[in-house]
Amino acid sequence: MPRIRVEVDGSSYEDDVEPRLLLVHYLRDRLGKVGTPVGCDTTNCGACTVLMDGLSVKSCSVLAVQADGREVTTVEGLRAGHPMQRAFHEEHALQCGYCTPGMIMASIDLLRENADPSEDEIRDGLEGNLCRCTGYQNIVRAVRRAATEMRRPASEEVTS
Amino acid sequence: MTDRLEGWEKVTGAARYAYEYPLENVAYLAAVQATVARGEILAVDAEAALGMPGVLAVLSGGNAPRLAPVDDGELAVLQSRRVAYRGQFVAAVIAETPETAAEAARHVRVEYAPEAADVLLRADHEGLYAPEKVNGGFPADTESGDPDAAFAASAVRVDATYTTPAEHNNPMEPHTTVALWEDDGTLVLYDSNQGPSAVQSTLAEVFGLEPAQVRVISEHVGGGFGSKGTPRPNVVLAAMAARVTGRPVKFAVPRRQMWATTGYRTPTIQRVRLGAGLDGRLDAVIHEVVAQTSAVREFAEQAAVPARMMYRAANRRTRHRIVRLDVPSPSWMRAPGETPGMFALESAMDELAVLTGVDPVELRVRNDAPEDPESGLPFSSRNLVACLREGAARFGWDARDPRPGVRREGRTLLGTGVAAATYPASTRPGEAVARAEPDGTFTVRVAAADIGTGARTALAVIAADALKTDLGKVRMEIGDSRLPRAVVAGGSAGTSSWGTAVVRACEALLVRLNGEIPPEGVEARASTADEVRSRQKYARHAFGAHFAEVAVDLDTGEVRVPRMLGVFAAGRIINPKAARSQFVGGMTMGIGMALLEESIMDEAFGDHVNRDLAQYHVPTCADIRKIDAVWVPEADPHLNPMGAKGIGEIGIVGAAAAIANAVHHATGARFRDLPITPARVLAEL
Repeated sequence: MPRIRVEVDGSSYEDDVEPRLLLVHYLRDRLGKVGTPVGCDTTNCGACTVLMDGLSVKSCSVLAVQADGREVTTVEGLRAGHPMQRAFHEEHALQCGYCTPGMIMASIDLLRENADPSEDEIRDGLEGNLCRCTGYQNIVRAVRRAATEMRRPASEEVTS
Repeated sequence: MTDRLEGWEKVTGAARYAYEYPLENVAYLAAVQATVARGEILAVDAEAALGMPGVLAVLSGGNAPRLAPVDDGELAVLQSRRVAYRGQFVAAVIAETPETAAEAARHVRVEYAPEAADVLLRADHEGLYAPEKVNGGFPADTESGDPDAAFAASAVRVDATYTTPAEHNNPMEPHTTVALWEDDGTLVLYDSNQGPSAVQSTLAEVFGLEPAQVRVISEHVGGGFGSKGTPRPNVVLAAMAARVTGRPVKFAVPRRQMWATTGYRTPTIQRVRLGAGLDGRLDAVIHEVVAQTSAVREFAEQAAVPARMMYRAANRRTRHRIVRLDVPSPSWMRAPGETPGMFALESAMDELAVLTGVDPVELRVRNDAPEDPESGLPFSSRNLVACLREGAARFGWDARDPRPGVRREGRTLLGTGVAAATYPASTRPGEAVARAEPDGTFTVRVAAADIGTGARTALAVIAADALKTDLGKVRMEIGDSRLPRAVVAGGSAGTSSWGTAVVRACEALLVRLNGEIPPEGVEARASTADEVRSRQKYARHAFGAHFAEVAVDLDTGEVRVPRMLGVFAAGRIINPKAARSQFVGGMTMGIGMALLEESIMDEAFGDHVNRDLAQYHVPTCADIRKIDAVWVPEADPHLNPMGAKGIGEIGIVGAAAAIANAVHHATGARFRDLPITPARVLAEL
């Protein structure tokens, strides 16, 4: 059984895993990181999106062995009160909440590529993350709000 | 504008859905599905699977625990050799890991004696019959006046057939159960459902237990849209597996298995005839519906029911016929009945508008019913006209040129459409408990389910109002069958039913409070059975109007919806922040219904061919542009103590018709078959 070393949400893990084990099941069933859900099993819904070395991946389509030597960030590993989480909460960018962890992680990756996306750029950028409840209006609003906040200089953020 | 109480848990990944409860010694289940659409199971060979390291058990008809028979034949899991539809659960593997279970399930060999299967719905199917009742408890057929003669004598006649395909609910969280049996024989289910009380009583029946011996915990539920409103076979299978292995068993139905096992909206074939005068006033309304059900469960989609109360017409007939096919069991999907039915009726109204030259908004205003045409009862409130007028003003409807197919920008045709919406405002009996705690806070308990609707927050707002206290002082406990018994989150009756019980419990508590709260607190319980039963008779419905703008690409046939507005009359809106999202979400599902969603039945194999989210398209963020929902003020004293109507379903009702009507306005072509795909549009351009 291959041995992998992965850094997940700031902690290091070393585990023997079956080659067929998916990253999302490694996170959920082995590490107890159940904040990342599984929605569709076929890479379509994006509920399981996490960051791997800073880039968003759908963790239902990544093998745990592919994460060997990499750094994984799940929604649980965001620093407390990340602007994207605050924006999703305050703009009510969720209902059942099942797509939310993946939607937040995909949105963070979207802002890494484009710090000031237009509404249309957000809509296109998040097309790989499905939400069946909200109709996306508040999600787009939340990402715009988080983008504004995240572009502010750090000093300003501390005092606000 | 109240923030969602559990919002922070959901944005931080702390909210626990059914699969995620930390339990020791868990085993995992993978189900085996029938590979024939009809026939008999001759043998199940589990030897190869059982020989795999980590496999704990293989369940099939031969060794599965015997269950008590219940009305819903879907719950007689592994009780018969008969295969009723392709994809039915015929065996299950329980193993130490999900990977082992899934692999072993592929090695379970099931031998069948297949029979010819009948899987396609047709309007002339010889097996069509009139069900005793349709969903909701309504009669299958109604008739008043002489609809055939009135239709024949009408100056203007619409006679058209509309079809809607099978559609799958597809909540983002799959149907999931973690089942365990405690030493005292109690069955504990962490389960994804729309009502823990209903799962408790049904599972108790299935396993021959007292309801108190079943506990169902559903703190957070990742959507349902009707498909989790009744227990599905997965929960029975998980409970059986836990009993056989003596271990807690987890089973999340894989998305691809949901197509057969967790319900869907039946396809419909609907003939609508409207007879009217030259001024568009209706004299005859005839709505006849054909739908399917399965061999193991009768479900009759009540698609013609809204035609009974929507518009005034002296002569009227509605009729439902269903046929038992060798297909998965259809069930509830968001606004069953109203959603497909109002697509047909509101499309036909648009056709009537075109024929008479009466503006579609004005046509609906002209035919507004002063009282319920079917029962003669007064409406508790009916503000359809206000929704139409408000929407027309906000949308800029008055400037609309009614001529179809004349607005062209480059290679795009533009059009706008309108359709009305309605949904019953029901209240069902239930119980609630309110407690005053010694620290000055309150605890309110009801076995409600928040499937994303915002129920937890709405009920806390209702309780705080009734207790005349701050929202922050109310602790709302829901999602557990040990709490006071409650109806399912369904039929847009949740907030009304649970809220009534909550208000009554809070009122009873206030009466008991006099000064100091003792250390054990003060508690009051309320049951609303008498109150709900003894209500005055009214026709209680919410109403709405959808306005949609479409852009049709002349080269690809693709339809886009740049702008959509919904205006609703739904009594008092308890939490505007959550309510707007509910409406917009319903409208978005309506866009999906209009343009994207369709489960295609393969006649050769008797199965839906597009069984995943790669091939069954729900609207993505990129599909949805500007959608807004607003509401008109409505004070209705005949509903419940909150004055509120349910809002979970009306957002989808009529939405697809508004889009189809807009596509007609854009192109001049009438699309009576959903979804309106590029292939269908291109053929007409």
